[in-house]
This record gives sequence, structure tokens and C-alpha cells, in this order.
Amino acid sequence: GTDDHSSDLFWESRINMIHFVLLVSRQGKVRLTKWYSPYTQKERSKVIRELSGVILNRGPKLCNFIEWRGYKVVYKRYASLYFCMCIDEADNELEVLEIIHHYVEILDRYFGSVCELDLIFNFHKAYYILDELLIAGELQESSKKTVARIISAQDQLVEAAKEEASSISNIIAQATK
Amino acid sequence: MNPFSSSTRLRDMIRSIRACKTAAEERGVVRKECADIRASINENDPHDRHRNLAKLMFIHMLGYPTHFGQMECLKLIASPGFPEKRIGYLGLMLLLDERQEVLMLVTNSLKQDLNHTNQYVVGLALCALGNICSAEMARDLAPEVERLIQFRDPNIRKKAALCSTRIVRKVPDLAENFINAASSLLKEKHHGVLITGVQLCYELCTINDEALEFFRKKCTEGLIKTLRDITNSAYQPEYDVAGITDPFLHIRLLKLLRVLGHGDADASDLMTDILAQVATKTESNKNAGNAVLYECVETIMAIEDTSSLRVLAINILGRFLSNRDNNIRYVALNMLMKAIAFDDQAVQRHRVTILECVKDPDASIRKRALELVSLLVNENNVKQLTKELIDYLEISDEDFKEDLSAKICSIVEKFSPEKIWYIDQMLKVLSEAGKFVKDDVWHALIVVITNASELHGYTVRALYKAFLTYSEQETLVRVAIWCIGEYGDLLVNNVGMLGIEDPITVTECDAVDVIVDAITRHNSDMTTKAMALVALLKLSSRFPSISERIKDVILKQKGSLLLEMQQRAIEFNSIVERHKNIRWSSLVERMPVLDEATFNVRRAGSLPASVSTMAKPSVSIPNGVSAAPLVDLLDLGSDDILAAPSSSSGADFLQDLLGVDLGSSSAQSGATPAPKASTDLLLDILSIGTPSPAQNSTSAIDLLSTADMNNNSSTALDTLSSSAQPHIATTASAGGMFDLLDGLSPSPSKEATNGPAYPPIVAYESSSLKIEFTFSKPSGNPQTTNVEATFINISPNTFTDFVFQAAVPKFLQLHLDPASSNTLPANGGKVTQNLRVTNSQHGKKSLVMRMRIGYKMNGKDVLEEGQINNFPRGL
Repeated sequence: GTDDHSSDLFWESRINMIHFVLLVSRQGKVRLTKWYSPYTQKERSKVIRELSGVILNRGPKLCNFIEWRGYKVVYKRYASLYFCMCIDEADNELEVLEIIHHYVEILDRYFGSVCELDLIFNFHKAYYILDELLIAGELQESSKKTVARIISAQDQLVEAAKEEASSISNIIAQATK
Repeated sequence: MNPFSSSTRLRDMIRSIRACKTAAEERGVVRKECADIRASINENDPHDRHRNLAKLMFIHMLGYPTHFGQMECLKLIASPGFPEKRIGYLGLMLLLDERQEVLMLVTNSLKQDLNHTNQYVVGLALCALGNICSAEMARDLAPEVERLIQFRDPNIRKKAALCSTRIVRKVPDLAENFINAASSLLKEKHHGVLITGVQLCYELCTINDEALEFFRKKCTEGLIKTLRDITNSAYQPEYDVAGITDPFLHIRLLKLLRVLGHGDADASDLMTDILAQVATKTESNKNAGNAVLYECVETIMAIEDTSSLRVLAINILGRFLSNRDNNIRYVALNMLMKAIAFDDQAVQRHRVTILECVKDPDASIRKRALELVSLLVNENNVKQLTKELIDYLEISDEDFKEDLSAKICSIVEKFSPEKIWYIDQMLKVLSEAGKFVKDDVWHALIVVITNASELHGYTVRALYKAFLTYSEQETLVRVAIWCIGEYGDLLVNNVGMLGIEDPITVTECDAVDVIVDAITRHNSDMTTKAMALVALLKLSSRFPSISERIKDVILKQKGSLLLEMQQRAIEFNSIVERHKNIRWSSLVERMPVLDEATFNVRRAGSLPASVSTMAKPSVSIPNGVSAAPLVDLLDLGSDDILAAPSSSSGADFLQDLLGVDLGSSSAQSGATPAPKASTDLLLDILSIGTPSPAQNSTSAIDLLSTADMNNNSSTALDTLSSSAQPHIATTASAGGMFDLLDGLSPSPSKEATNGPAYPPIVAYESSSLKIEFTFSKPSGNPQTTNVEATFINISPNTFTDFVFQAAVPKFLQLHLDPASSNTLPANGGKVTQNLRVTNSQHGKKSLVMRMRIGYKMNGKDVLEEGQINNFPRGL
């Protein structure tokens, strides 16, 4: 029955994990969302609306944690962007702050002192990097160097494919001239 | 990518969206882009797919619907090239979630990609699977993932490990397949693989007992060595965070050691040294070090008793608490709540600091601190703590007053050493935060006041004085006018002065002024005005010299916009008019003392284990608190007012009550358990109280049989009404009823077919909700317990969309039946739900349960959580 299902979901929520990652600008614009627990589209927009309201209105010197619907949201502001991660009540909030910082440092190295515009125009890159950092709401890699290496190897694969494609289209263009 | 494509580039689209000045303009641009993308999708040109999907993802982030792009993800994933797959998988994770049917279509592509020759393609597939796979996909692809845990490249091994974590979360049955592969990862040197491997082992241990035993035996020592190596390692720039080598690995190792040590003295012993080392050596001036210390403290508190380590842990928390960093103080408060369980004294030592945190400007810290303080209260410190909290209530933020006043009230009610202190504190709370105080709280105050006859004069004077200063606090006003109506004569005559009081001069006019003020004020609500009107009626007999003035005030209410007020004003006026010269004071005499036990039962909306109320010979009418029932009780419309003493009209009231309740219970279909209704009826009878217990029991049983008609055999009814043998073959769900009958029967005999009986418990109680559990065991199966949970809404608001969720540790199995309803009416509305718990450690471990309750109240989502530790032993 439905109750069995909800009890499953409940178990899942008891597992210590990151349920979602959210990047919101100071103006309340969403720059990245990543969901590791199932939320419907409707729930997602509700979560975003609610949380950005709370976080953007918090004073500067307060702690980086908010208790929210039985969960905790750990957030940290870097320049114009708020990085937020939602975890379970029993999770280590201080570590999540480190994970956020870890991510920001990797972004910073990748873009060369990252700014909000980088993450707007290259939002997919921010996602690719996050995917090398977290899977299933768990930390995947503690070495920034390793993440950078794996990302650049994949970027090269994409570049190589692009070059191949453009050389083919050049050939076609030449042939149809 | 396609040179012939006519569509805009991603970058250009982002630019034009950013250039929009208004939301409407943005919607226009997005609509046009979406139309182009749809058209392009329909053309099915593979070259545009990559760009279309990238644009859709951006549009999706802005919050627009993009479901029409889902199939494009699948096509991109199925293409041969890496760039297409990369963006395809990204889109899949962003635009879809595990509950969408479309996702099943990707299983085959995933399977192929998991076997791809390019390791980065394998990595993409593992990542997608690990982030959004459903249970079905987990089952289908588990063998592939398990194989990849042993893959040559560490990048794949670590991804496969986390992917397995998701798989075993989705399908716990698969856990045993992963035990061996997971243990092999613990020997790795690569940090990424080690971190994910430890995480997977942790996951397996929490899901599967065999895994826990296996890792405990085979891996505890190895893990301790790994932790020692990493703790003592020389500076490693690649992993260094603020002077600590890989705090992430530290934390995961400590977490896994926690589950291995928990409940096992030998394993706990092994890890004592390294935990002590981490606790003492870790640098605590940066967040990373504190994160490790925090985890270490958590592990120390969870493993088997090593008291010297616990002293260390408590000291760390003490240091955290005095830290200037708000984050550190927050986690300290959090952890101290857990520490209370094993060292209350140590936590008490930090009481002063914790109280300071209640006054912190940070709402998160305040909330934690308040929770912690309420756990620290006991008989010895209640006065001091309450004083501190009430002092703070005066100056606290408005938005914190509600939480704070509710906590103070519950502390005062629970630990009050004497009535006068209780009344004083409640008056202070009502004065400072009366508008936030819930109905049940001030109702309870009135009940206590009526019972403290020696304090009536003192209380009414104190309320009078408080009213003069704090007349904007609605609930204070209500209690004040109720008391002035009842005890106005004590107010003006300074009756029952206590030594601590200063005499005050209050004339009859002054007292009536208070009521007039309350009734004429535009922002008083209906309840307050109705109470004021009743108070006026009462005062007109207490203060005959100014009854003309009172009559005028009553008459003015004939013009009230509220129908109820109009009608009552006319009725009250005619009482005053017609019976001016007759002795009618019995109508307006003081309310009989309200029965506290009955009120508490009603407040909780449930049946107590004992039936002490019926042993009391005194007649009590639990209706004085709100005005309306009182008015009904007086039965003003009828002619025989004079002849009707309050006790017999009480019986009429009872009749009404029974009539209504009986009607609704007999109208219920068999689906709703009838015993529930019958206990309500019993309750009502008991609360009214009849002269002799014998009479009481017969009527109770008659009612029972009526209410039980739906789902019980008539033989059971016959035996029930004979009342000689209460242990009838009634269904287990009637547990609550049984207890009551036991109390009623001359020879209480709990020996039923169910084996030993277990007392019902209050599993949870908050300001708005109470949960009671009753237990029964099916015969021949001692491991299983049937629990009937009764959820009682003790708030004045209706709950809708009520969902109860529960979770149990792995030695227990839990089955939940559907609840009887998902709506709980206000003020005592109930829902029941049956739970079946099977305890594989029966006789060794007690039941324990975590629960979460969600519902909507006034359109707002409310979530309550708790842990139930007070199950009777031996279940």
C-alpha cells in the first residue's frame, strides 16, 4: 500500500546523504540544482522558492545552518552566490561546509577565479564538475587535482570530437562549393 | 555544431534572456526558444540535439516546463559519440527523476555504456545510474556495477562504489552481493576509492546484519590502522585541508567505526586508542578540524561504554559551546542533546552558557538551545530556569515569542512545585506573550485556578493588575474577565489576602470597567466578547448596586454584528429584567470546581490508563471554560430556569452530547473501528461524573454494546453487559477498551488469550498532537507485536493530509496498515492506524522507533519528528 511506500521513503531520508544541491544568486536566480532524492518538479520549485527566501533574508553573521522541514540546509555565500546543500538532521554540518568549499575551490581552479557569469554561460561545466565530486548524494573524491584531471580528460574528448566534426564539415563544404 | 543550423547558439539565448527587463519579456523569449526547439526536435536533425538539450537545461533551471525534451536525452545517450552522451546523461539527470516511466527506456543504453570500451563513457553511465536509478533499474544493472567495483581504473572503481550505495539503498536485498567487493576496496591507497569504499561498507552495515558482522570481524583492525596512518601522515598537499590530511576520509572512517563499535564491546575496545588520539590531537582552530572532532565525538558517544573517552567528548563539546564561531556553537548544542542521555550532570554544568544561547540573535541557535534547555529542566532548577526564560520573553523578538512561550508553559506545567508559583508564571507568560498562547494552555490555567480556592482572591487581583498594563494580550484578557466574573466580589473586598500582597483599592465600577473595556474593544474576538457577556451577567448579581449600569452594557450588545452576541444579550437582559426581585443567584453562582484529571484527559483527547475520575463522588461539569456551553447549560430559552439546578441541566448537556456522538458512531460503516467511538463515549460519561460508580459502569457497558453493534457478535455483547468477565474474545484492537473495563470490573483480570498485557503508552506528545500506542501480541508468536496507534489532534485546528511514517532499526521489521483517515478534526479528533512490529531480538532488545508525521494545518505543512523509546519492556 501507499503507507509501505512512504515508510521506504522515510528510510531513505534517514540515510545520511546530501538530498540536493542548490546554487542561488543574491537576486534569487537559480544557477544550479541537483537532486539526489526524488522530488517532483512541483516540489522542486517549492523547495527552491522557500529556501531562497529564507537564506537570502538571513543576516550575515549568523550560523550557516537552517533547520527546515525536518532537514538541515547548510549554505555558504561566495561573492554573489549562495551554495546550499540539504542534509539529514543527524549529518555532520561542518563537513558539508567543507564539501561546499571543496567544490568552490575546484570551480575556481577550473575557470580561473570563478565568477557568477562563468557559471551562467558554462552552467553545464559546473554540473560536470559536481558530477565528479558527488554521486548518490555522497562524496566521490577528496583530491581537487584528481577531479581537475578527469574533467580535463573529458573536455579533451569533446574537443577532439568537435575538431573531427568540423574537419568533416569542411570537407563537405569544400565538396559542395 | 551544425554549420547549417538556423537556430541561435546557447550563448546567444542566455544573453537575450539575461537582457530581458521584465518577467513577461523573459517569458516571451523563452516561449520563442521553446517553439524553435520543438520544431527542431520534430525535424529530428541529430546535429541540433546537443544544442537543443543544452538550451532546454538552461530553460529548465529558470523554472519553465521542459518535459518535451526528455526523449532527446535518450537519443543523445544512444548516440555513439562522447560529447552527445555527456550532455545526454546530464539532461537525463536534470530533466527526469526516478519516478518517470521514460527512465526505464534508458536501461538498455546504460547497460551498453557500462560495458563500453571508453572508461569515461562507463563513468557517465555509472554517475547517471548512481544519481537517479529506480529500484527496477538497480535490480537490472546490479551485476554490471558489482563487476565494475573491481575495474582496473580507480575512477571507475570509486564511481561503481557510490553507484552500489544507491543500488543497495533502493534494493536492500542486493546488499549481500556487494559485501566481498566492498571489503576489497578498504585496502586501497587511492583516496577517492577508499572514501567511496568506506561509504559503501557503511551503507551495507546499516542495511544488512551479516555485512555488519562480516566487516566487524574482518575489517575493524584494518580500518583503525588506516585511520591511524592518515592521522599521523606527513603533510600531503593534495589532500591537506587546514593542516589536516583528508578530513573527508577521516570522517568516513570514524562513521564506519561508529557502526562497527556500536553494540560490540570488543570492537569498541579496539578503537579506544585511536579515538582518543583523534580527540586530543586534532587541530581545532579551523572548520575542517572541528568537523573531524565533531564526528569523533559522535562516534565516542555511540560505541560501547568507555567512560574516559566520554569525558573527553563532553570536554570537546564544552569547548565548542564557548567558541565564538556560531557554527561550532550550533553543533555543540545539537550534540549536547544526545550527550544528556548518558551524562546529564556534565551537560547541566553548561546550563548558564546554554541559556545564553537561547538569547542568541541567530534563530537556528536559539531554537536548538531552547530544545536543549527544556531537556535540562528538573524539579531542582525549574524555578531558576523559568525565571531566566520569562525574563528573556520580555525582550525577545516577536517571531520567537511563540516558540518560547509554548516551551515555558510546558516546562511550568510539567515541573511546577506549587500552584501559586504556577499561576504566577502563567500570568507572566500571558502578560508578555498572551497572544501566542494556545487555547488548551489558558484553559488549563483556569482549571487550576478553580481548584486553588485559597488563591482565588490573590489570582483575581493579580489578573486585574496585569490587565491594566497588558490589556492587548487576548488570552490574558480572557482569563482576567473569566476570573473577575467568577470572583469579582473577592477582588473588590480584598478577600483572602496573602502576606505577600499589597492591598489594592478596586471599586465595583473598576471591576466592571475591565469587562466593559474587553467587550467594547473593536479588536476583541468573539470568544472574548462572549466570555465578557457571561461575566457581566454574573457580576450583575455580585454587584447589585451597579446592576443598572451592567444592564445597559448588556443591552448595547443587542446591536452587535455577531448573531450569537445579539441573542445572548437579549436573553441575559431578560434574565436581569424578569428576575430582578427573585433569588436567581443559583444561575450565576460560581462555577463548581473543574475537575483537573478530567480536563487533562479531555485536553489530551484520550483515555487515561487509570479511571480515577469515576471514583470521585464530586459532581463536576467540565464546561466552565468557554462561554457558549455554559449558556446552553443554563438553558435560557425554557421556562423552568428556576427549577433547573446546574447538576440536572448537566445531565441534559450530557444527553445532547451522547445523542450526537451515538448518532455519528452508529452511522459509521464497519470500516471505522467502533471501539474508538465507544471509548469517546465512555470518556464523556466519566468526565461528567455520576453519583455512584456502579451506575456508571452499567451505563458504560450499555453504551459499549450499542456502539459495538457494527462489528461484534451479539454473544460478546451479552457477556460484556453482564460485566462479570471483561476478558472476552474481543478483537485485539479494542485494547483501550479492555483497560477501562478492567478498571470497572470488580475483579480485574488482565489474563486474556493474549498472554501478558502491556500498558499503553503515550508515544509522543507535542503542543498540537498526541500519539498513544496500545499493544497486543498475537498468540503463539512472541516476536510480533500489534500496535494500535491513536493520533489525537489536541490543537484547535483541523489537520488534513495526515501521514504517519515510522522507521525501525534493522533487528525490527515494521508493517503499517493504512490509517483510518487522513483528516483529524480539531480539538481531540482522532485517527487510528495499526502497526505490526516483529522483533528478531525478542527478549534481548526492546522496541524502538523513529517517526515522522506530516500534515497540513491552516494550509501550512507541518512536520513533527520524534523517537519512541518508552515501549514497554519485553515486546
